Amino acid sequence: MKVLMPSALHSYTADSKVEASGATLAAVLADLERLYPGIRFRMIDEQERIRPHIRFFVNGEQARDLSQPLRATDELIIVQALSGG
Amino acid sequence: MASINKNPVVKKPAMTARVLVMVATRKGAWFFHSDAARKTWRADGPHFLGHIINHLVLDPRDGKTLLAAAKTGHLGPTIFRSTNLGRTWKEATRPPAFAAATDGKTGRAVDHTFWLTPGHASEPNVWYAGTSPQGLFRSEDGGVSWVPFSSINEDAQYRKWMGSVQDGTPDGPKMHSIIVDPRDAAHLYFAMSGGGVHETVDGGRIFTPLLKGLSVVEGFDPANAAFHDPHCVRICPSNPDRLYQQNHCGIYRLDRPSDTWLRIGKKMPKRVGDIGFPMVVHPRDADTAWVFPMDGTSVWPRTSPDGKPAIYATRNAGKTWQRLAAGLPETQAWWTVKRQAMTADARDPVGLYFGTTSGELWMSHDEGNKWTCIAQHLPEIYGVEAAVLA
Repeated sequence: MKVLMPSALHSYTADSKVEASGATLAAVLADLERLYPGIRFRMIDEQERIRPHIRFFVNGEQARDLSQPLRATDELIIVQALSGG
Repeated sequence: MASINKNPVVKKPAMTARVLVMVATRKGAWFFHSDAARKTWRADGPHFLGHIINHLVLDPRDGKTLLAAAKTGHLGPTIFRSTNLGRTWKEATRPPAFAAATDGKTGRAVDHTFWLTPGHASEPNVWYAGTSPQGLFRSEDGGVSWVPFSSINEDAQYRKWMGSVQDGTPDGPKMHSIIVDPRDAAHLYFAMSGGGVHETVDGGRIFTPLLKGLSVVEGFDPANAAFHDPHCVRICPSNPDRLYQQNHCGIYRLDRPSDTWLRIGKKMPKRVGDIGFPMVVHPRDADTAWVFPMDGTSVWPRTSPDGKPAIYATRNAGKTWQRLAAGLPETQAWWTVKRQAMTADARDPVGLYFGTTSGELWMSHDEGNKWTCIAQHLPEIYGVEAAVLA
């Protein structure tokens, strides 16, 4: 599926748009980790919680659960929620 | 207490040896390269612009491995590693992370790595890291992968002393001042804000508090490690039986095998007080140390007292203190210097360096007698380290 990456993670992907696969959000993140080592821990902590300023949107709807099913035709957008200054 | 061997001899580097100053800031990292006289400085940076860099440390054992503790406002924490003085960087494959929670408990997550310490000379690839919330981690491969060290991260008593995220500094509770005895790889110290100073003599199997003689805020029980707030602890390279500490409640010295800290800050001028964050020790003279006092009265402004910044030095292990301010602004300079943001090089005379939260980097060629500004307009400075290059 198409995954739109936030600028904060372009140092891993070198592009704003990448392709990844998986039947759930967790599986897609695992695939991203396989493709871009280290990227998952910047978004998901060691207790499997989505980090406070990271958001996932699937076809425009926010996904809050890593077990959410995904289809190959879905579009995943990863957003860095603005914070700080 | 670990077995006491002969004190190490700390050699003087060449008079012309160049110095690398590593500056960690809230918005990235910078290097400053000196000439042989330490008079002119070449800036190299920013590295990791926009990343929060809490600590940037060069491994003294190989003189080339650099570790940077990094995160951004949006992303989780990581460690970057360079083996060519910052020309290229590679991310750790396994940054410090707590063990996953079991049995439905709520586990902790590392918010950021706050402190980095190279291991003992006999363990060339070992590093230690302290995190926020407080956790102690170790790498055995030069900082590529990290695992929890000792049992304290999950120990019930230590977790009580560590408290919650509300019990630490405004930026979160910190594990810091990880110290390796240069005579004994199994003899370590660390400090927690809050949570006190702790020691192991068996390579981390058992840690015990080292709190005797330390004051706590009035009304609290000094026997409870949770109420102790050591800001910075340093061991003297030329006499590792001596430690100095800048605490939330004063300046202290400890001479082992005694386990009782002596409040040497009582000899500071009353109008200045003995509150601050950094503590710096001389590389070859255990009687010499430097502090940067800050205002700890009323609502704890933590700025230079009366807007007149000064370093204070002792040359007799804390019996007396000398104000060193030549070259610094004489008035209206309300500086804060964080606990990693003041350091010394190993040249003779020793060079001293500090960075302010207002982004100024200052140095002294002569052990603090005269100060000059190396850089202005940097982001908020979190850490300053200095290394003499081979």
